Amino acid sequence: MAKVLKSNLAAAIMAIMLAIILIYIYSAAAIKMETAVFVQHMVNGLSLGSLFALVAIGYTMVYTILSMINFAHGDIFMMSIYFAFFAVSSFHMPWVLALFCVIATTPVIGALIERFAYRPLRDAPKNSVLISAIGASFLLENAATYLFGGRPKALPDIPVLTRVITIQSVNFQVVSIVIPIITFVLLAVLLNFINRTKTGIAMRAVAQDYEIARVMGVNINWIISLTFIIGSALAAVGGFMWGVRYPGITPTMGVMPGLKCFVAAVVGGIGDIKGAVVGGFILGLGEIMIVALFPGISGYRDAFAFVLLIVILLVKPTGILGSKAREKV
Amino acid sequence: MKKASALLLAALLAMSALSGCASSGSSDVITIGVFEPLTGDNAAGGELEVAGIELANELYPEVLGKKVVLVKVDNKSDKAEAATAAARLVEQNKVQAIIGSWGSSLSMAAGNIVMDAKIPAVGASCTNPLVTLNNDYYFRVCFIDPFQGTVMANYATSKLGAKTAAIIQEVSNDYSVGLASFFEDSFTKTTGDASSIVEKGNYQTGDKDFTAILTNIKQKNPDVIFAPGNFTESALIIKQARQLGITTPFLGGDTWETPDFLSVGGAEVEGAVFSTFFDKAMVTTSEATKFLAEFEKKNPGVEPAAVTALGYDAYILILDAIKRANSTDGPAIRDALASTSGFQAVTGSTTLDANGDAVKDAVIKSVTGGKFTYLDYVKAQ
Repeated sequence: MAKVLKSNLAAAIMAIMLAIILIYIYSAAAIKMETAVFVQHMVNGLSLGSLFALVAIGYTMVYTILSMINFAHGDIFMMSIYFAFFAVSSFHMPWVLALFCVIATTPVIGALIERFAYRPLRDAPKNSVLISAIGASFLLENAATYLFGGRPKALPDIPVLTRVITIQSVNFQVVSIVIPIITFVLLAVLLNFINRTKTGIAMRAVAQDYEIARVMGVNINWIISLTFIIGSALAAVGGFMWGVRYPGITPTMGVMPGLKCFVAAVVGGIGDIKGAVVGGFILGLGEIMIVALFPGISGYRDAFAFVLLIVILLVKPTGILGSKAREKV
Repeated sequence: MKKASALLLAALLAMSALSGCASSGSSDVITIGVFEPLTGDNAAGGELEVAGIELANELYPEVLGKKVVLVKVDNKSDKAEAATAAARLVEQNKVQAIIGSWGSSLSMAAGNIVMDAKIPAVGASCTNPLVTLNNDYYFRVCFIDPFQGTVMANYATSKLGAKTAAIIQEVSNDYSVGLASFFEDSFTKTTGDASSIVEKGNYQTGDKDFTAILTNIKQKNPDVIFAPGNFTESALIIKQARQLGITTPFLGGDTWETPDFLSVGGAEVEGAVFSTFFDKAMVTTSEATKFLAEFEKKNPGVEPAAVTALGYDAYILILDAIKRANSTDGPAIRDALASTSGFQAVTGSTTLDANGDAVKDAVIKSVTGGKFTYLDYVKAQ
């Protein structure tokens, strides 16, 4: 069983399904939760989880290539929500155009951070890059405070996405359903890109050993930049959807989601894109279900992510889908 | 060359040290520290309060023939930062008095610092009883939460005829937890039923997703939901509640009265009811008329928030105390503040009780047509 779980995505999904069924039986039997309420919690959890998943992919991609944690990723996510805000409320763009603008502008920040904060340190000890990442994170937060002010901004309602649909007394916004769909479509596109295209192969080569890849004629600077661009673009999609769903934008809002998505990436198995998505869903559903099943501890829901992180690191440090740690030089 | 640059550096260092001395120790000005959240989750509240303090400073720039200078520090909406900020005001800026802070937790973080330094502090809108309790140097110009909790509980039971209530509180915020528990006490006393609080949800400052708590509450179907807390989070709670099909009325506290509550909450916060300190419908002093006219002159078409009026009041009360004490000595100002009685402030006649709290009437407001509108008025007990 353990051997199957280690390598098989299907097994992990099966395990999650089983857990959901067990939680359903428990909730119906022990706290008399109605099915509609349970479904409502599941919808809430899925939409939160897929947002985590989108951002977690960025962490995992950068880790795969550079084996560093890009702590500025949560703040890139934050910036993308500000971009969405300005696109929609200052430039009055229709939302589809605004989404494309956000996807176009956010990766610029990701690429710039890589160029100026990480590339000069590529041959430095890993700790230096980590500290540089934390510095980049603070820089973005303070720049946002300086440029946009400390007061929360609200992304205006986008009726197409924020409209509420009611099915059998289960209420959800259109965006709650759109997010998981987008997540899976982007995941499929990304996997296809990495596994089938020449650039994708180059990316995997750089991940394995960038010195050798360079010798083989891969333009590693471009590949690394591209990794940051793709990761930031996914964070931008996540940020836009997050802004639509939770419209209170502040300069420090990226910190908590950033940390949680990092946890999601580790839980799923850092270095594995499918793992990041699995981790995101586990985290989103877990957070909601903790509150649903144990209302008394609802104030500790943030702790769920970090307890889960500790447990995973103790039990299976490589994460749910992670293969044996590949030591990099 | 090296020697020259070393000399230059030494000279610069010496100069900066000297200039540091010159700016602090001078005695021809009176410095008042403004201790408010200017960034972070509570920034909007801090900004509103600072607006009132600055307006008062413009109108009353002098006391005892000396110019009053405001020194603003940002406590960043964070308890640890708040302690550092207060210490900086006391030790570096050598202020004679402090105004602030929006947010009881932040004020409490400064409590011991002002007490040890013997620098009197006047809170504008921090309503948790613990801010001034057992602290001889902390005062405030607003009422406290036991009163506010009772006002809202009475509103729920008598005006809305509520028999059951749910509470959503911000556990990392002393203000929210305190107010929620005073509401609970008063509500259960009125209904005579300890189980009339059907559900209690907790969240942390900065949380964005409240769907799980709300789905739980929806199942219990309470008559009202009391959700005191920070404005952004509260607005998101109400928004998400409406999206989940919860039509129950929402009640809250004074922190909701910020423009950000309306902008984040949008159409969904319509009908939300909360208690606050002041409205132009309850002008009782000539100072209030003056304040409203001057505020209108500076911000045409904008209604002053209650906390802006309180910031103004905190400033003029300190000036009045300095005048009465005829001294800028901390303990002397403190004694003058403690004996404040019948002071004609914007938010009404102000008398400080033994704890240093003002006893004042409360205003109930609601959100109608995307604006805060006056609803009711409750006399102080």
